[in-house]
Amino acid sequence: MINDLKNIFLLSIFLFGCSDNPLNSPYSDNNSSQNILYSSFQERPKHLDPVRSYSSNEYAFLAQIYEPLFQYHYLKKPYELIPLTATKLPEVQYLDSNFKVTKKVKNARYSKYILNIKKGILYQNHPAFFKEKSKYLYHSLELDDLKNINTLSDFKKSSTRELMSDDYIYQIKRLADNLNHSPISGVMQEYIYGFTEYKEQLSKLNNISGEKRVSYLKNNKMLGIKKIDDFSFSIILKKPYPQFVYWLAMPFFAPMPWEADLFYSQQQLKKKNITLNWYPVGTGPFMLTENNPNLRMVLKRNSNFRGEVYPSLKDKIKNKKMYSENKEKVIPFIDEAIFSLEKEQIPRWNKFLQGYYDNSGIASDNYDQAVSLNSSGDITLTEELKEKGIHLSMATAASTYYIGFNMLDGTVGGKSNRAKYLRQAITLAIDYEEYISIFANGRGIVAQSPIPPGIFGYQDGIKKYNKTIYSFKNKRIVKKNIEKAKILMEKAGYPNGINQKNGKPLILYFEATGSGADTYSFLNWLRKQFKKINIQLVTRVTDYNRFQEKMINGTGQIFQWGWNADYPDPENFLFLLYSKNGKVKYSGENASNYDSKEFDKLFIKMKNMRNSIEREKIIDQMLSIIQEDCPWIWGWHPKSFSLSHGWVENVESNLMANNTLKYKKIKLNSRNKNIKSWNKANFTLLYILAFLIFLLILSVFFMVRKKDREKIYD
Amino acid sequence: MINYIFKRILYAIPILIGVNLLTFTLFFVVNSPDEVARLHLGNKRVTQEQIQSWNEQRGYNFPLFFNQSETGLNVIKKTIFYEKSVKLFYFDFGISDSGRDIKYDIKQRMWPSLAIALPSLLVGLMINITFALFFVFFRATKVDYIGVIFCVALMSISSLFYIIGGQYLISKLLQLVPISGYAQGVDAIKFLILPVFISVIYGIGSGTRWYRSLFLEEIEKDYVKTAKSKGLSEVSVLFNHVFKNALIPILTGVVVILPLLFLGSLIVESFFGIPGLGSYTIDAIQSQDFAIVRAMVFLGTILYIFGLILTDISYTLVDPRVRLK
Repeated sequence: MINDLKNIFLLSIFLFGCSDNPLNSPYSDNNSSQNILYSSFQERPKHLDPVRSYSSNEYAFLAQIYEPLFQYHYLKKPYELIPLTATKLPEVQYLDSNFKVTKKVKNARYSKYILNIKKGILYQNHPAFFKEKSKYLYHSLELDDLKNINTLSDFKKSSTRELMSDDYIYQIKRLADNLNHSPISGVMQEYIYGFTEYKEQLSKLNNISGEKRVSYLKNNKMLGIKKIDDFSFSIILKKPYPQFVYWLAMPFFAPMPWEADLFYSQQQLKKKNITLNWYPVGTGPFMLTENNPNLRMVLKRNSNFRGEVYPSLKDKIKNKKMYSENKEKVIPFIDEAIFSLEKEQIPRWNKFLQGYYDNSGIASDNYDQAVSLNSSGDITLTEELKEKGIHLSMATAASTYYIGFNMLDGTVGGKSNRAKYLRQAITLAIDYEEYISIFANGRGIVAQSPIPPGIFGYQDGIKKYNKTIYSFKNKRIVKKNIEKAKILMEKAGYPNGINQKNGKPLILYFEATGSGADTYSFLNWLRKQFKKINIQLVTRVTDYNRFQEKMINGTGQIFQWGWNADYPDPENFLFLLYSKNGKVKYSGENASNYDSKEFDKLFIKMKNMRNSIEREKIIDQMLSIIQEDCPWIWGWHPKSFSLSHGWVENVESNLMANNTLKYKKIKLNSRNKNIKSWNKANFTLLYILAFLIFLLILSVFFMVRKKDREKIYD
Repeated sequence: MINYIFKRILYAIPILIGVNLLTFTLFFVVNSPDEVARLHLGNKRVTQEQIQSWNEQRGYNFPLFFNQSETGLNVIKKTIFYEKSVKLFYFDFGISDSGRDIKYDIKQRMWPSLAIALPSLLVGLMINITFALFFVFFRATKVDYIGVIFCVALMSISSLFYIIGGQYLISKLLQLVPISGYAQGVDAIKFLILPVFISVIYGIGSGTRWYRSLFLEEIEKDYVKTAKSKGLSEVSVLFNHVFKNALIPILTGVVVILPLLFLGSLIVESFFGIPGLGSYTIDAIQSQDFAIVRAMVFLGTILYIFGLILTDISYTLVDPRVRLK
């Protein structure tokens, strides 16, 4: 009986496939023998066109497909740039005002980057490259040609071609095209010679699209970009900018074949949602074979990929060229990666525990289930996870979260000592150690300045620290007493939080976004922090649009914001306080509109320097200025915790590198064995339930019959 | 009947204009096109020039209702209202703010929604009617009282509890079906069992009580007494007389929601990772893709009106006394 029930259940549910697979497996049966990495994503990537993409959830896919000239060494810290498609790191020349090479940096008016790419790199197979009788087959499609075409894979013929320097040049021109809305076109305008002029020319052609626009981009040169030959080109910058090389490692500067741009610019394809934003075409180790971001995204090994060696800590760069200890081109290790959309935390976490995802982050709801503190106060995995062979990796993100003061505000802003003392008092009152412990489960470190760990100039709070908040006592760094904050309040003219001039209590306003329990708990906590120095904090919760509007107009008073590094250089954090980046005056990223001549002067000097003792000294000076002025309450740098199963190899924390999928390796036997042992279906409750339903039906039958008969006899 | 349907369609036009105007006002008075652009362009390094260009590309640079810089029909045609809302009337949903063809996406995503909604409706209907008939059969007895209490208890629990509890019990503890996900074709069955099961359980409380009250209303009528006095058994009266006559309000309730089944469920789809129209709408709301939200609100209104017309027609089919004029 029991066996029959089981068979009926199995037959009815899994009539169509599963035999060896556990019943709760979300994958098909034949997947278990394949070299596939399983992961999840929470939010659909908005853009997959490298010209626009600028967020980590987009880079998770994009960086596996497109290859810029450089990449970050997977294993080395501090982060080190190495060539990817380039043969070596760029040659930088300084040019004088007549564009002649000069060796004197002082005479340098322009800088020139000479970039060489490797030969023999092929694009993934794509219909855009396919030629028939020397004509591109799919470049002028009619409606009739697309009858049976719904996705890119429906095109029957495809081909490839070699990567050329033209493709990098073409992409830089695309950055200048307003219709592409590249977020970095404003920055590049400032640096690349001829970029602004090219942008202006293109903006006059806004009514031209499709083939004509592609042809314009292809044939019209940008002044500062010069093709040297098929495998090398140069970029002239308006001024020396050493950080430019980091931009060259970002997907913005990935190569774009004009054929693909032309192919996707066809109106008929756009109507079918076949666009460059949806179907990338690159030279990288993987290609996107299934893009259904409402369900799953599948990356498969690019059969045309040239192969790459797995990095080693002994790798060295000599004469700008990379010399690796490993010689065998074995990368990528996996054949496929399946990313499933998992919006909710609970199913995501449970699937990870069942072994159906190879890796996972730790959401606050699962924190206690995942990690605990051991006797020495270190964070370790819980016993349950250890038994499953799960690994924990931790890294501090190159990010900073802070509370900013609007320096244009009459009460908290300005250069007066009164306002400075008030800001210092508030900075002292806010206990970020407590914040991290309550709201981030201890996953973060208190910031001494905007610069996070891993970035040159970082102050660790031991050797170097924020002297406004901390002091050196009994051979250790301790936070100053709250009484010190109260004294500062008195000096600012607000003894006990009362304005000396008018006798009214000091009321400050905090601009907040978001809703939900977390936001309100945070706001309550923040009010309590201000209450320590008798300041009444009024929180003004609005939606993100209103909040942005307040920031742009400079009408907000105190706010919370954050910044993720674009590249590992202190300039990328300190520019957030450079006056020429003020949000109100210049629509820049300096949200607190901080303006200090001294800081600006040092910033300009530091910006173009290479990391050295001299640069470190300047950074220290800059930090002491802002630590004294307190335009921000130096918040915290988040720590990223990630979990992976024991069968995943080569898991390293590298928060700057995005193209890390190629390094991951899966031990298939171990995964299959564990998944089977962890996911044995339990039919006991099902049998009990079936039995109860059977009893219920039987008793209902008799009850109804009995009652029916009684009524007839009555 | 054709005249009646034609009249109802004409009535629908002012309703659609009203809904359209309301959603348009909500979107563009509360949020300016610049704010929408800023949201779509991202948080970092967005310049005013980019915002302007984004607006121009999507036609958000026009005035809201009247374009005084134009002449003739263009005064109305070259406005955001015409471009974004009037076009919906001829089912041109346009391009989403993220650059995708909305009509194409809707066509793709309505099937997974239907795959959950249709079995949930049919199985739920069967179970709810069975329970309702059972309680009516034992009306005013302990079985009925306990049943009603049970139904009220089921109704009082949040849908999230059923979803999380169901995933925990069936998928995590018993490990019988996947926790979430979806596949095309017949492979979809294993992913649909749990959401359908949970939707049915969640609907039992309210559904059973609703049908019970319909049956009770019928059972008090004179024709039932006549049937009983003729000596018919309770079961025969219940199935042959009460059930048939109570079908009219049941049908009304079911037919009106039939077209809406395409729109999917916001929460179920989100928790079970079903790529249907419910999650499409919720994603659009979260990312403030107003082009999609507008299209979905418009589609919802049309489907609801269509459902009402279908209900009226179905009346004539089940009740010969009803004639549409």
